[in-house]
Amino acid sequence: MKPVLELKNIKVNFDTLDGNVAAVKNANIVVKAGETIAIVGESGSGKSQLMMGAMGLLAANGKAEGEALFGDQNLIGMSKDQLNAIRGEKITMIFQEPMTSLDPLYTIGNQLIEPIRRHTNLDRSAARECALEMLTLVKIKEPERRLRSYPHEMSGGQRQRVMIAMALANNPQLLIADEPTTALDVTVQAEILELMASLQKKMGMAMVFITHDLGIVKRIANRVYVMRKGEVVEEGDTTTVFAKPKHEYTKALLDAEPSGRKSPPSPKAPIILSGSNVRVTFNIGGGFMGSPAIQLKAVDGISLVLKQGQTIGIVGESGSGKSTLARALLRLLPAQGAINFEGRSITDFDKTQMRPLRKQAQIVFQDPFGSLSPRMTVGQIITEGLIVHEPAMTKAARDLRAIQALEEVQIDPTQRNRYPHEFSGGQRQRIAIARAIILKPKLIVLDEPTSALDRQVQKQIVDLLRDLQKANDLSYLFISHDLAVVRAMADFVIVMKDGAMVEQGSVEDIMDHPREQYTRNLMAAAFNG
Amino acid sequence: MLRYVFRRLLTAIPTLFLIITISFFLMHIAPGGPFNMERGIPPEIKANIERVFHLDEPVWMQYFRYLGNLAHGDLGPSYILINFSVAELFAQSLPVSIRIGSWAMLLSLVVGSAMGVLAALRHNKFIDFFIVTLATGGSTLPTFVTAPLIQLIFGLTLKWIWIGGWHDGELAAAIGPIVTLALPQLATVARLMRGSMIEALNAHHIRTARAMGLSDFSVVVKHAMRGALLPIVSYAGPAAAGLVTGSIIVETIFQIPGVGRAFIDGALNRDYTLVMGTVILIAVFTILFNFLSDLLYALVDPRVRYD
Ligand SMILES: Nc1ncnc2c1ncn2[C@@H]1O[C@H](COP(=O)(O)OP(=O)(O)O)[C@@H](O)[C@H]1O
Ligand SMILES: [Mg+2]
Repeated sequence: MKPVLELKNIKVNFDTLDGNVAAVKNANIVVKAGETIAIVGESGSGKSQLMMGAMGLLAANGKAEGEALFGDQNLIGMSKDQLNAIRGEKITMIFQEPMTSLDPLYTIGNQLIEPIRRHTNLDRSAARECALEMLTLVKIKEPERRLRSYPHEMSGGQRQRVMIAMALANNPQLLIADEPTTALDVTVQAEILELMASLQKKMGMAMVFITHDLGIVKRIANRVYVMRKGEVVEEGDTTTVFAKPKHEYTKALLDAEPSGRKSPPSPKAPIILSGSNVRVTFNIGGGFMGSPAIQLKAVDGISLVLKQGQTIGIVGESGSGKSTLARALLRLLPAQGAINFEGRSITDFDKTQMRPLRKQAQIVFQDPFGSLSPRMTVGQIITEGLIVHEPAMTKAARDLRAIQALEEVQIDPTQRNRYPHEFSGGQRQRIAIARAIILKPKLIVLDEPTSALDRQVQKQIVDLLRDLQKANDLSYLFISHDLAVVRAMADFVIVMKDGAMVEQGSVEDIMDHPREQYTRNLMAAAFNG
Repeated sequence: MLRYVFRRLLTAIPTLFLIITISFFLMHIAPGGPFNMERGIPPEIKANIERVFHLDEPVWMQYFRYLGNLAHGDLGPSYILINFSVAELFAQSLPVSIRIGSWAMLLSLVVGSAMGVLAALRHNKFIDFFIVTLATGGSTLPTFVTAPLIQLIFGLTLKWIWIGGWHDGELAAAIGPIVTLALPQLATVARLMRGSMIEALNAHHIRTARAMGLSDFSVVVKHAMRGALLPIVSYAGPAAAGLVTGSIIVETIFQIPGVGRAFIDGALNRDYTLVMGTVILIAVFTILFNFLSDLLYALVDPRVRYD
């Protein structure tokens, strides 16, 4: 079939204060009419800048070279007027940031109508009809009213639907979608993907889908291009590439999907932590000028039992109360309900009573940047807890413990006098884990410990956590919105939504036979159902 | 919205009251009074005058008397320009200050915004550096330097404008003070506008507009500039209040009979009522212009809703 867009030897360079940055070194890509191709690669590999360069949308310090052939016209080096006759009509784009991609000062209607009128000779009311039709097509409820809404009155998912409506209104031959679902919650992601796939069938345009998520590629793309460090390293049919990857990098990417399952602890294992009917309520506003406070039920009556050696996965979209629940269980937040730690009720423990228990229950956070003090060496960071909890320990003994802990997380202990910024994201997360295990805890709360990491690094951290658990008979509360990781880590899963429990059960039950519709949606979103 | 307007006006009353009270007592605490300068007034005449103006009463009684009169809209008589009431003095001086001030404001908004937008569109190019240098210069040069320079060049040497005096508001008399007043504002507006326009042009929704093939005019004016104007709107309210209530320095140097001149004359001569009147005038204008700029802001930005 005839190509719609052919990118030949594209180079994109940025002129920066630190000199030239080659974002795209040499990329060749062909998009045929009506097909969907995916461009995958880690963040920073040049996926976005490649397409921006072809479309004349680079930042002022950027320059694109090569040929971007649309029919027999080269988009690169074309006059702005010629380009503007193609952009928005023949080729359109949607972007990763649905919250900010629409102009906050104009109504949805105004923003939909403007490009329609620019590229057609419809009058205002006809263009408005067209906009209305598009909103219906992308399944926006009450489209008539939404035309008069402003972006801030809509959710991220709705705004992305509006963007899709705008991009498709002029019936383009090609839609370029740059990570259109990355910033959305998982269930919304699935809806948007489904919408895009069905609209592509209906309207027949070709689609370039930029993503770092292999699940999405498998699901919607006919062909795939793998990019790394500004170059296309592999291309081919999606099925072929997934089945027989040729390039090492592609193999590594595919291999990085976390795998394996954890078996449940023995039934005789002692209970480490239990909570029954735990509730956390936040008062928002109120007090001032006598207006009543709004009560937000962040955690709404959750019960759980965590045994020694067990990993409970707590899953749910952002804002569903996962972290709040974990903090409440460790009594880091005022909560209602009964909480027991190793058979003792700690519900009414005060600060001094809690202190010896703090050593037993550690937390590792998502952001390895933010949780490590930049002004302390790695050695100081990981021994800080020892100074608090075992003040009698000598400096030499502490140093020994630091060396052991770093070895356990596979960081070279001779590097303990360096500062956190000298380590990579994955290494920093290892340091954060070392800081927790140096205290020899019974329980570690892992709050999205792998979410900020690339898939490959993620896999290494998952392996590390599993090894540590086996070696020390640790219990984990594993919080994540990433179901693939939870499947590999946990033996028991609790699904949360709006502070309440949707369902709980063994990892097999939840992952393979979910009962609730909400869980099914989550699964579908995560595992291309 | 109506409720908001009502509430704003209501809160303005205690604010004004507080300003009046504080400045009234501060002024009376300061040593000296309107009639004990070295004017050589015989003591018995001075006592008579003071009795007429109730200056012999305790300060708190004078305060309540002043408030009472004010409630009837009476700003009192001027103590120094015996034949005039403060209201009459304002009737003459305020139009002069408003006229100069509003032209200066208009000039700085229009020219300043245009310069700012131009610089942002040519970010890091020669024109941008040129405008930034000019604007930085403009806001560091004090008025008491620019005013004499303008007098010297355009008045004395070129003889295009009057060096001083009002001359019934003739352009050749007004243009000097207008430009002098406008320059620092213009520089500030240009810098503000440049910054907010650079930010606006890099916004994600501008990328959307470009990707949709919209014209440069629409991208720059409709989608970037409207948002970029918001900081200017916030700035313009208080700035306009300052300009239309007269500038002491500019009106003194150019000998313009505006509110600023009246105020400085009043303050130097302990003309209590005139000083109080000016304070009230400035406060009222400041409150009013802040209010107007908040309303305008909400008009431009639909995310801001008052209720
Ligand atoms: N305006 C810019 N100036 C300098 N470097 C840039 C600019 N925009 C992007 N880059 C660089 O280009 C590279 C590729 O970026 P991008 O295409 O956005 O990656 P991704 O594959 O995540 O979409 C990155 O290293 C990024 O830092
Ligand atoms: Mg990108």
